[in-house]
Amino acid sequence: MYWLKLAFRNALRHRLRTALTVLGLVVAILSFGLLQTIVDAWYAGANNASPNRLVTRNAVSLTFPMPLAYREKIRAVPGVRAVGAANWFGGIYVDKKNFFPQFAVDAPAYFPMYREYVIDDEEWRAFMRDRKGAVVGRKLAQTYGFRVGDTVPLQGTIFPGVWQFNVRAIYDGAQPGTDTSQFFFHWDYLNETVNKRFRHRANQVGVFVVEIDNPDRAAEVSGAIDATFRNSLAETLTETERSFQIGFVKQTEAIVIAIRVVSFVVIFIILAVMANTMAMTARERIGEYATLKALGFGPGVVAILIFGESLAIAAAGCSIGVALTFPVGDWFAARMGTLFPVFKVSVETVALQVVCALAVGIIAALFPARRATGVRIVDGLRTI
Amino acid sequence: MAIPLRYSVRNLRTRKVTTLLTAAGMALVVFVFAAVLMLDAGLRAALVATGQYDNIIVTRRAAGTEIQSIVDREQAAIVGSQPEIAMTGGARLVSREVVVLIALPKRGTGVPTNVGIRGVEPAGIALRPQVRVTAGRMFKPGAAEVMVGKSIAERFDDARIGATLRFGGRSWVVVGTYDAGGSGFDSEIWADSDQLMQSFRRQAFSSVVARLADPGSYEALKAGLEGDPRLTLDVKREKEFYEEQSRTLSNFIRYLGVTLSVIFSIGAMVGAMITMYTSVANRTGEIGTLRALGFGRRSILAAFLFEAVLLALIGCAAGLALASVMQLVQVSTLNWDSFSEISFRFTMTPNIVAQAVLFALAMGVVGGLLPALRAARLKIVDALRSA
Amino acid sequence: MASSRPAVEIRNLVKAYVRGGERVPVLVDITLDIAQGEFVALMGPSGSGKSTLLNLIAGIDKPDGGTLQVDGLDITTMSEAELAAWRARHVGFIFQFYNLIPVLTAFENVELPLLLTHLRADQRRDHADRALAMVGLADRARHYPSELSGGQQQRVAIARAIITDPTILVADEPTGDLDRKSAADVLNLMGRMNRELGKTVVMVTHDPHAAEAAGRIVHLEKGVLDTPA
Repeated sequence: MYWLKLAFRNALRHRLRTALTVLGLVVAILSFGLLQTIVDAWYAGANNASPNRLVTRNAVSLTFPMPLAYREKIRAVPGVRAVGAANWFGGIYVDKKNFFPQFAVDAPAYFPMYREYVIDDEEWRAFMRDRKGAVVGRKLAQTYGFRVGDTVPLQGTIFPGVWQFNVRAIYDGAQPGTDTSQFFFHWDYLNETVNKRFRHRANQVGVFVVEIDNPDRAAEVSGAIDATFRNSLAETLTETERSFQIGFVKQTEAIVIAIRVVSFVVIFIILAVMANTMAMTARERIGEYATLKALGFGPGVVAILIFGESLAIAAAGCSIGVALTFPVGDWFAARMGTLFPVFKVSVETVALQVVCALAVGIIAALFPARRATGVRIVDGLRTI
Repeated sequence: MAIPLRYSVRNLRTRKVTTLLTAAGMALVVFVFAAVLMLDAGLRAALVATGQYDNIIVTRRAAGTEIQSIVDREQAAIVGSQPEIAMTGGARLVSREVVVLIALPKRGTGVPTNVGIRGVEPAGIALRPQVRVTAGRMFKPGAAEVMVGKSIAERFDDARIGATLRFGGRSWVVVGTYDAGGSGFDSEIWADSDQLMQSFRRQAFSSVVARLADPGSYEALKAGLEGDPRLTLDVKREKEFYEEQSRTLSNFIRYLGVTLSVIFSIGAMVGAMITMYTSVANRTGEIGTLRALGFGRRSILAAFLFEAVLLALIGCAAGLALASVMQLVQVSTLNWDSFSEISFRFTMTPNIVAQAVLFALAMGVVGGLLPALRAARLKIVDALRSA
Repeated sequence: MASSRPAVEIRNLVKAYVRGGERVPVLVDITLDIAQGEFVALMGPSGSGKSTLLNLIAGIDKPDGGTLQVDGLDITTMSEAELAAWRARHVGFIFQFYNLIPVLTAFENVELPLLLTHLRADQRRDHADRALAMVGLADRARHYPSELSGGQQQRVAIARAIITDPTILVADEPTGDLDRKSAADVLNLMGRMNRELGKTVVMVTHDPHAAEAAGRIVHLEKGVLDTPA
């Protein structure tokens, strides 16, 4: 304990050097934490999927639709409790970079399946009454300042023209991980407009969301649904909601892997810096270590001094870095708007930050400690 | 007169471990910086190589991508009949094309990945001179056959020659592979436009691609077609069109990458600062001696600044060497603009090398400035006393 | 005319340090003349101000009051840059711990002051070779200081000190870190510089043996000269 106190005081001897090293550590731990959180945010959709829901899409690819008539057929499959239709709208709000998901959904069937979307009764009724009504998520509303009663114009890309919607309700998430950056409107409104303008594209659905009785039977029910439409014009592929979300992430896996790799690169950078600091520090104190050995203290004491100092610096950098990860993360998420609907620093990330800081503290001290404990007393004293 | 450069160089050689560790930190930062720029350059090269300067591509107004675009037969016919379109052997160099996405499982991981299928007309091959059939043969017009791009053949089991793909209610045989010179077409599968339309029961095309007889007539053609009240079309040079397809991903890569590099550089500069402060502290006596002999403050500043910059340049060289190894790596990912798979390599350019060197120099100067100033500000008698 | 002018002419020199807010006087009203070609030893107990006086004469420190002329030039009014140039031309330094640049060879250390002149590389080489020969270390030219003994390092330092043909040589405890034999060699060499080349030497020392090499001994006690000029 005495030696640890001494090690700690040693760290304060060279204030500027210690301060700079701590600064470097803070930057590294902070960057590492942010990058890991970005990767987590990427997978957020999948992690918040409900095990009770399946997604049915055209087997060829997501970009092909299915006939509306499929809805009743899916409903009839044993194990299915409810079916809702959803079409990706893909409109532009003012500028292409203001990206947020927009869906045309058959509200009476769709929303009851998403119990995590909390909507005020009054607002819900107003939405149901207005065929041009829209339900927007709280985060989306905050980002662009949408309020109930506002009219939001969307420039269609898949469905050309300028579409006007009236915000009738704002939904909140029941859990912190719920995505509240989405924009929903009535499928019927989309379909009747499409029917008028591009008749051959009417009555087509992008995906069906299917609620099932028993999550354990998900694979069975999925197979049954797909079997219903085998050899028809539009064969289907049904999977769990989680599987569906992961599919997206997996296609950009290369980027996710790159970000993970880069997050560890920064740890190596700071390892080089720490190792350098400890090497220099230990070299300067060789005379002191030799003196201690001459006085009769064993090599263990020298080792404790060096490791203790290194870990003290690592601990300081780690605690500040971890503490800063939360506010900086919030700031970053706010600047990204609706790109990362869920951006939360996880416990695993913090644990990983601590482990990395510890590892850096230990590894940086390894070689200097080995050299110092092995020094011959006479050699060490000569350099005083 | 300045302190000789070898003074700084040899001092770096004397403290090998410190020099190596400090340079290593900087090398990693330069590596990240260069790799990110190389990734972006590769993405852009692949997409820019996709377009010809004298080709135009016509899509529905505000569609953005071919997947979302619909050009019906009448409008396509009007486009094809424009006088600015080149002719060859009596026929117009026009290809009315259909682009759809199918999901194929990737080799190894089995992840279903969106792959673009492009239906082209016979002129479509002539319009893309960079495309060469490398194995098997081209699909026969009128047959349910496809040929696959090089990247697709490498990454997807289902896309070997002789394999059968099922889509549009039909079975299609893979009869050949083509090489499109590293452009976006390498990540596509090509078939007969008409066959594809029939299969998917489509009445309209996705886009119309044509060659300009005179590349300078682009403006006139564009004005003519976009101003025509019967049409709702966008006309772009093929090169421009594909360049825009890279924008979202490219911006993301560059933004994130450069931001990360700058943040990481703080760590490396801290390392350089610690090293240089220690250097100055260890050589206080020498500094005093040099000043006594008559070397001015500025030459002391220059010598130590040069030492820091030299450290940075050593790191830069190592970082660039490491980054250039990345050129062996091929990346494939979903392009957010076209929603389909795109495959490209890390690409090193002289521009990137120059930027990396400048970045390293900046790190050296910023990291070394304060310590060098401290060295220069020492009073001669104080410095000599501590020798 | 030039030979009758004193090498160093000091009038009423005052110097004090500020330590922790307090003004500590080091030199109190020093008046001293050193003739051309003299070999003077400054002696006194620790804290007497002898090193401070040497620093002032060498132009690496500035007095608080009084005048100091070296070879007719008042160096107390010179700017820092002017002083640097002046030192390069007029002063040769010999330090207790040799103060050789560790990463430069003996030759390069000796050549160092010439880099502040306009001489070409081959001209510099000639001068350096001759200086090294004069101190008897021509065969050690390519050695680094760490490869030389203390006595050898000090001789390299002397070669460096004379290479620009300076007006005065200042030496601060030149034999302080040497054994008897090496010390004798070094003092011998300095004596030769004084007698054969006519160099004015001002040496600070606390060693009476070393002081014997000098022609005149000046005592300092608590910042005041014991023996009047």
